Amino acid sequence: MKVRLKIWRQPNAAAPGRFETYDTPDLNPNMSFLEMLDVVNEDLTARGQEPVAFDHDCREGICGTCSLVINGKPHGPHRGVATCQTYMRSFKDGDTIVVEPFRARPFPVIKDLIVSRKAFDKIMQAGGFISVRTGAAPDANSLPVPKPAADEAMDAAACIGCGACVAACKNASAMLFVSAKVSQFALLPQGQPERERRVLRMVQAMDEAGFGACTVTGSCEAVCPKNISLDFIARLNREYARALLKGG
Amino acid sequence: MNILRALFQTTLGRKYLMAGSGLILFGFVVGHMVGNLQIFLGPAVLNRYAHFLQSLGELLWVVRLVLLAMVGLHIGAAILLTLENRRARPLAYEGGGAYGASLASRTMIYTGLIIAAFVVYHLLHFTVRAPVDLTPHDLATMKTTLDGKEVHDVYRMVVVGFQQPLVAAFYIVAVSLLSFHLGHGVAAMFQSLGLRNRAWNPAIQRFGQVASWALAIGYVSIPLAVWLGLVK
Repeated sequence: MKVRLKIWRQPNAAAPGRFETYDTPDLNPNMSFLEMLDVVNEDLTARGQEPVAFDHDCREGICGTCSLVINGKPHGPHRGVATCQTYMRSFKDGDTIVVEPFRARPFPVIKDLIVSRKAFDKIMQAGGFISVRTGAAPDANSLPVPKPAADEAMDAAACIGCGACVAACKNASAMLFVSAKVSQFALLPQGQPERERRVLRMVQAMDEAGFGACTVTGSCEAVCPKNISLDFIARLNREYARALLKGG
Repeated sequence: MNILRALFQTTLGRKYLMAGSGLILFGFVVGHMVGNLQIFLGPAVLNRYAHFLQSLGELLWVVRLVLLAMVGLHIGAAILLTLENRRARPLAYEGGGAYGASLASRTMIYTGLIIAAFVVYHLLHFTVRAPVDLTPHDLATMKTTLDGKEVHDVYRMVVVGFQQPLVAAFYIVAVSLLSFHLGHGVAAMFQSLGLRNRAWNPAIQRFGQVASWALAIGYVSIPLAVWLGLVK
């Protein structure tokens, strides 16, 4: 199969970008979207042109490095998968596919399809951790955690921090990401000592980075490769109100 | 952190203000509809209810000022948030965007501003009784006697007002947009206040849909009844 790609090219953060159209070489439909880009890049390199820069790492859907907005949807046409697990068989021979970087003021383009997601790191540095005294491993079950709380914390912790929620949201809001990170700690006993301080600081870092507010459109949930639920945003709203009322 | 500062300056705080003021305004539109539907019980009932509201005196003004404050908060927060949200996405997507977002959720600011414009007109029409209804009638002089007292003939004001097709059409468009606005807004209000979880979400979504449809049907029934001559 062959497809036509309309790809965003931008030499660096300061220079303006524009779309370039490329016809791919012959592709195997079982290639992942990233493998398809590898093939396109080999072809570009062979022809003496600059390859397309894009983010990737584990290519098995767990690291959160790959990004891309494919035909207007972050991570491509399917639900619950990242770009690395989107395969060319999901497209038709001869399709034109628009490939863009995540668009958000806090995620500036570094080059072509690569954006800086440092804003997420700043939010994590502000409170996305627990302070524990390390040492010998504690006895199993010495800290009782109810099964429903453990399950929900695991659902929240499934967030790989890829930023698709921000990319999809019409407001470029980071609420789904922040809510998952706040919830995974708030649900567990280890997260209690810093519970209030954490949510206040992470929301502050989120606002300072320039992310938008939540309009409850549900776009984030719809594109999340880990199916993080909008229920966590309600939990974040609850946690923040609780922290404000307790005086932080 | 200072609670007031957080309420007015953070994204989450502003959403609390949106949702809280929205909740009170939602309560008002429900109450207002129930009050208005008394038109189907005849002139005496509606005029007695209207006179009762008018005779509340200072209390009426407390209610009015609270509602006005809520409208101010709701619109003020909406405008601030919309500007911030637009700044956060400097360049739109070529391939479309807002995947999975309903039309209502993407147009809240527009439906809201049209409703606000209608509210101004509606107040001029029936509360100030200014000559804005395209009729030769003067609503301010429409009086009737009730239990021996002279009171405003609200029943006739409504009938005369809605006999003007343009006035009734604007009303129907505005309440339909209100229903559309609340079709997203009611459920979102629970979300923004943190009052949602896996167990309650289906009920909250259903409540939002039922409430917004009930409001549309209730409000639209009045000009329709006037047009069809069921209320005259």
